[in-house]
Amino acid sequence: MTKQDFSTLKINSLPGPDDITRIKLKNGITFLFRPNMNSMATSIGGYVQAGSIYDPQDKLGLADFTTSTLMRGTRTQSFQKIFDSLESIGASLGIGCGAHTAGFGGKSLAEDLPTLLKMLADVLMNPIFPEQDVERVRSQLLTGLDLRAQDTNDMAMLEFEKLLYKDHPYQNPSDGYIETIKAIRVKDLAAFHKKHFGPKDMTLVVVGPFEPESVISLAEEYLGSWLNEDQADAVQVPDMPHPETSIQKHHVIDEKSQTDLVVGTIGPSRNWEGYYSALLGNSVLGQFGMMGRIGESVRKEAGLAYYAYSALSASIGPGQWMVSAGVAPENLDKALDLIKTELRKFVDQPVSNEELRDVQSNYVGKLPLSLESNAGVASALLTMEQHQLGLEYLQNYEKMIQEITPESILEAARAYLDPDRLVISSAGPKP
Amino acid sequence: MSLLETIPSIFLENGLEIKLKEIHSAPLISSWIWYRVGSRDEIPGKHGISHWVEHMQFKGTEKTSSDDMEKSVARTGGVWNAFTYLDWTTYFETMPADKIDLGLELEADRMVNTTYDEKEVESERTVVISERQGRENSPGFWLSEALHNAAFRIHPYNHVIIGDQVDLETIQKNDLNRHYKTYYTPNNAVIAIAGDFDKDQMLKRITDLYQDIPSGDDPPRVNRPENPQRGEHKLTVEGPGETVLGDVAYHTPSASEPDFFPLLILDSILSGPQGLNMFGGGGISNKTSRLYKKMVEDMEVVVDIHGGLPATIDPYLYTINFILHPDSTTEDALKILDDEIQRLQDTPPPVDELKRAVKQTQALFAYGGESITNQAFWMGFSEMFASYNWVTSYLDNIAIVTPDDVQRVAQQYLQPKNRIVGIYHPHKKGNNNQ
Repeated sequence: MTKQDFSTLKINSLPGPDDITRIKLKNGITFLFRPNMNSMATSIGGYVQAGSIYDPQDKLGLADFTTSTLMRGTRTQSFQKIFDSLESIGASLGIGCGAHTAGFGGKSLAEDLPTLLKMLADVLMNPIFPEQDVERVRSQLLTGLDLRAQDTNDMAMLEFEKLLYKDHPYQNPSDGYIETIKAIRVKDLAAFHKKHFGPKDMTLVVVGPFEPESVISLAEEYLGSWLNEDQADAVQVPDMPHPETSIQKHHVIDEKSQTDLVVGTIGPSRNWEGYYSALLGNSVLGQFGMMGRIGESVRKEAGLAYYAYSALSASIGPGQWMVSAGVAPENLDKALDLIKTELRKFVDQPVSNEELRDVQSNYVGKLPLSLESNAGVASALLTMEQHQLGLEYLQNYEKMIQEITPESILEAARAYLDPDRLVISSAGPKP
Repeated sequence: MSLLETIPSIFLENGLEIKLKEIHSAPLISSWIWYRVGSRDEIPGKHGISHWVEHMQFKGTEKTSSDDMEKSVARTGGVWNAFTYLDWTTYFETMPADKIDLGLELEADRMVNTTYDEKEVESERTVVISERQGRENSPGFWLSEALHNAAFRIHPYNHVIIGDQVDLETIQKNDLNRHYKTYYTPNNAVIAIAGDFDKDQMLKRITDLYQDIPSGDDPPRVNRPENPQRGEHKLTVEGPGETVLGDVAYHTPSASEPDFFPLLILDSILSGPQGLNMFGGGGISNKTSRLYKKMVEDMEVVVDIHGGLPATIDPYLYTINFILHPDSTTEDALKILDDEIQRLQDTPPPVDELKRAVKQTQALFAYGGESITNQAFWMGFSEMFASYNWVTSYLDNIAIVTPDDVQRVAQQYLQPKNRIVGIYHPHKKGNNNQ
């Protein structure tokens, strides 16, 4: 039978300088917009410089607590009124906390974009942190921490980051600890908001079926007048040396059927020159097909785990390069040995040309899928802005991917992965 | 890209049903194949076999090795996956339009040619057991398993899809192969494809790929209707942790029954709008639903609450899940839950509340329509428990629901004697470090 090409649509529709609008609002907010005339809905996204790296040590979780409380009431709207306005039109808006930034995202039918932007502006600019609402959120956060303590995956990851980023701002969990959440007062939330929420270094993205002028005018109307003279500058985080030797820790959670394992080390930041070599290398190691070489070894050949993969997490500061697996408690050492063997092979030998071609083809082919929805495009624009990748980034993407070589991958692997200097964290029943 | 367009089914001589929808907004195609087999088709001793067969479908055929399958799909940048549910099992590929032929060939091949190698079966046994054990780490899993066992004494919905550990340890290669040969036939399948293609060209390709596959005997479906429940069932599950969880499940009619639509509105009013879309879209929060407002905000008896009414072939469950507030008791939480249900039984909801539910549904439809994968999903999914008309007439069926309808279904179905109340009780603290 002949192979068929069904495609009837021959377009290069990747977002680029021709159709992305990027301007500064009058108060300095960076605003990006990309039209999608095929859609009946709109997505928004963005961030302010108010992440958990700004948490004081005795009030870990403060940034997260603050973002979780922004929608609990503003000068003009109660919690109920805020959510009544959103939910009655089928819209959604959420604000979450990352390491460097507090990010927001929302969605509505196209005709409701003004309502969505107005609401975003109000909760970012005018929160009042009502006492009763703060206590309600505190209860929810504390329950979340109780659940976290029983989650083998969360606890393996939390302990991994504590060991990996020792004495670095990234060592702290963004959701804090029970005692630090209990220590946070209303005035702390208000002060954090005053100091870190503002237009400086803020980015807002809109994608949907609009003309640029109308969306710019809405953004200016609702967010362009926001000023905060007290807003602190964004801070840079220091580099983090690799562990000097391997460190292993098991966190006991009784009565669990499975142990979660995280093995890894410091990884590159997003702007490292060898980032794409590391990215493609990581795909060979533990992503491509059924979780790459790690999946082949731990799941397919040994049948030890339902999931076993590697991940490269790269953002502003020092990243992580890790392998994760869920295994029966008695198979922990066996799985760890297999993972170390794969890591050793990965830093000893370059990946084959065939492996490289596979992952290059995968990365080029999956780009259009990731840009199918408004939210996917909004997310790509935010990444481009946060890491200053340029408006041509998506259109240059294929070329960047094709330039990677087996040697550059080996170089990237050796720059970060050392099988004798790993942080090994597991959580589950007593081994 | 509307979800409301009528899509006629085309049948090949061997019984294969085909649904095709051209969407030319992006150079992508999503292709799904659905089989009418799920955990409901399993007999004692073989619980979990449908899901395990789904795993085996990735293990290769006589023509294509497992490795080649995975790599050839991944090289395109496409995504593929599979899901086993109570009533069905499905496989999909979403790929760049010029690469979809790979997915089409692969599905036609593995409809009949999957190899059941002894070594692969044994290696997958531990993988499936590991998947179950991963779920066992979550308290909610144990509660859900116990709740299904209590809700269905006769009907095969009584088991969770992953199956029982003891069966996963004892199911053999021949059992798996028999299950596969029985249910994976063209006359037991629906193909649904959406995206950037020409319909005639696509139909010709599907016909070429499938017409020579012979139809099989009509597969048996376990049909053991559940008797009406005679009184409230209560159960507790104990385990580690510090948080009390609750599931309250009411027996409800199948998705094709007219009462399903007022129940969807009831769910939207009580616990928030349903996420209709498996892919793309995203949900709407439920902060202004009656139960959230009363139980989380006003009375602070729970810290979170959600509801769910899945679409199934046979009568299933409307389930309300909550996380108990640490300063509250399950008795208090259940009392307030009952008061809220009583309020709906006593007084029909205001028209405005219904209008809101309709607007929310329209929004969820619009969000879902953005994704080609979701468009193809809905065509096949709806055929599994009703027909695609169920989707195209969905908004109309929602719009005709009256306040009296909602009150009536609340009175009829949300009765204590018709429910199962499951509580997860932590029995001790279980943490320390070493």
